[in-house]
Amino acid sequence: MFANVINWIDQRFPLTSFVKHELTGYPTPRNLSYWWNFGFLAGLVLVLQVATGIFLAMHYKADAATAFDSIQHIMRDVNYGWLLRYMHAVGASAFFFVIFVHMARTLYYGSYRAPRELLWWTGQGLLLLLMATAFMGYLLPWGQMSFWGATVITNLFRATPFIGDDVVIWLRGDFTVGDATLTRFFALHYLFPFLIIGAVVIHLVALHTVKSSNPSGIDLAHKDNIPFHPYFTAKDFYGLGIFLIVYSVFVFFMPDSLIEPANNIPANPMQTPNHIVPEWYFLPFYAILRSVPNMVGGVVAMGLSVMMFAFMPFLDRSRIPGGAHYRPIFKLQFYLFMIDMLVLGWVGYVPQTSSTTIIGQIATLCYFGSFFLIPFISRVEERWLIKRGLPQEVMTLIDKEKKEIAERKLKNSQRKGGKA
Amino acid sequence: MGNEMVSDGDRRDFLIKLTSVVGGAGVAATCVPFVASMNPSSDVLAKAETEVDLADITPGAMRTVAWQGKPVFILRRTPEQIQSVSASNGVLDPQPDNARVQNPEWLVVIGVCTHMGCVPNKEGPGWTCHCHGSQYDDSGRVVHGPAPKNLEVPPYKFLADNKLVIGRA
Repeated sequence: MFANVINWIDQRFPLTSFVKHELTGYPTPRNLSYWWNFGFLAGLVLVLQVATGIFLAMHYKADAATAFDSIQHIMRDVNYGWLLRYMHAVGASAFFFVIFVHMARTLYYGSYRAPRELLWWTGQGLLLLLMATAFMGYLLPWGQMSFWGATVITNLFRATPFIGDDVVIWLRGDFTVGDATLTRFFALHYLFPFLIIGAVVIHLVALHTVKSSNPSGIDLAHKDNIPFHPYFTAKDFYGLGIFLIVYSVFVFFMPDSLIEPANNIPANPMQTPNHIVPEWYFLPFYAILRSVPNMVGGVVAMGLSVMMFAFMPFLDRSRIPGGAHYRPIFKLQFYLFMIDMLVLGWVGYVPQTSSTTIIGQIATLCYFGSFFLIPFISRVEERWLIKRGLPQEVMTLIDKEKKEIAERKLKNSQRKGGKA
Repeated sequence: MGNEMVSDGDRRDFLIKLTSVVGGAGVAATCVPFVASMNPSSDVLAKAETEVDLADITPGAMRTVAWQGKPVFILRRTPEQIQSVSASNGVLDPQPDNARVQNPEWLVVIGVCTHMGCVPNKEGPGWTCHCHGSQYDDSGRVVHGPAPKNLEVPPYKFLADNKLVIGRA
């Protein structure tokens, strides 16, 4: 009976072949480490956020007069409202944590390099969507941090040439962040996750075209790939167990640890809290904004700091496979960059003094410097590594790649010549 | 239908371009109401003016009133305060004090830091913005960055000696 049903569907929809090609039988490199779990985890957090978010929206009121109270209503009166809200709030932090690790893995292992540039760029788009969604969601509790965070961030659009002031009023729908702003942020906060789901589908289509990278950096021969199920379903679920333990510790034992106390005060447009800080996941970028003395310059630097990752496929000129694993200088640079991110995060968190300003400016220079130096460092490093001697397999691989590029160029020029 | 009409490439190209342009213009025009709907609505614009009764503000005291949802500081300045702010032209955005007031006794400025839009606190002489450390004097002029400009003076008018309307020049 079951086989008959499947058969009936298969004649009308490629169910079995789709599941086999893209899910169970999807060829996956056998040497993936646990660092490759975080893409799956990101997808899972997305599901959690959408699920908790939809049920929260059934009780939340997107109106300046009632928004703050409706959060209290969710926390006190709604059955398990506290759980839904804490899962959603902690989930936002979890989402960024998982994505940051996912990105760090991509940077470390050079997974952004050819042929995975488009995969990396769709990921960059997902990061921007995630940031926008998180920012708009943070306004909804309508506390002091919500209000002033949204005020400062929408104010950044004043840096738009010529029409800056009008753009800010248009974004807010009012002369200040107000009821109109809250309602539209709620509408968009509900919409954006579905854009994210769409972008994830594109991300996965790109992934399944170029397949996963792996710690060796070498595209494995067919015999070195194993089916996704049961090998990586098992591995992903093990990682999921670890993740859920940490997530639950936050949700059940320290749910307020990531919520600023000032956000338990209702929004007051007449009074700014003495110390406003963004959520932890925005701190490094906020520090870059504050480090540039000029307002427009600060906004441009902050925007650029998020977008710098997209340039990585162009900046990294090295042909040594395997990312930082086989590249000592790149590895050092990677860890220095991680430390620089932490320094920037700290600078973004503490109240600004003249010494933190200087530390922030140095860290900002290091941030952009590490990107701009990659083209030179990666070339020098490659020459040094080749001179020092590489395993024969790697040299063959580099030579083969070089030949392929030359052939492609020849073919391209012939095609152009033929057309003219 | 004649064969020459089907293969009339120029004519077809022209029609495709024309249709694209008209269609594109239609889509652009359809976007106008959607974009415009996000601008301030009529009820928001209706609160564009605020009337203030000044009678109960004592010399040296400050009142914060809401105008267009933004805080406006009304400071009744003592002769000493007027004297001290008249002595200089400010630091980062030089402007004489008498260009910033209609009546030296009453300073009316928008209480929004010109840096990132926080509300400065009245502290000592002038205001301090705790978000990023900007300082303003008793004329609302910036004396310490990162704010680039003085506190903005809104359009306002004295209706009587102790009655003020903000938002009407």
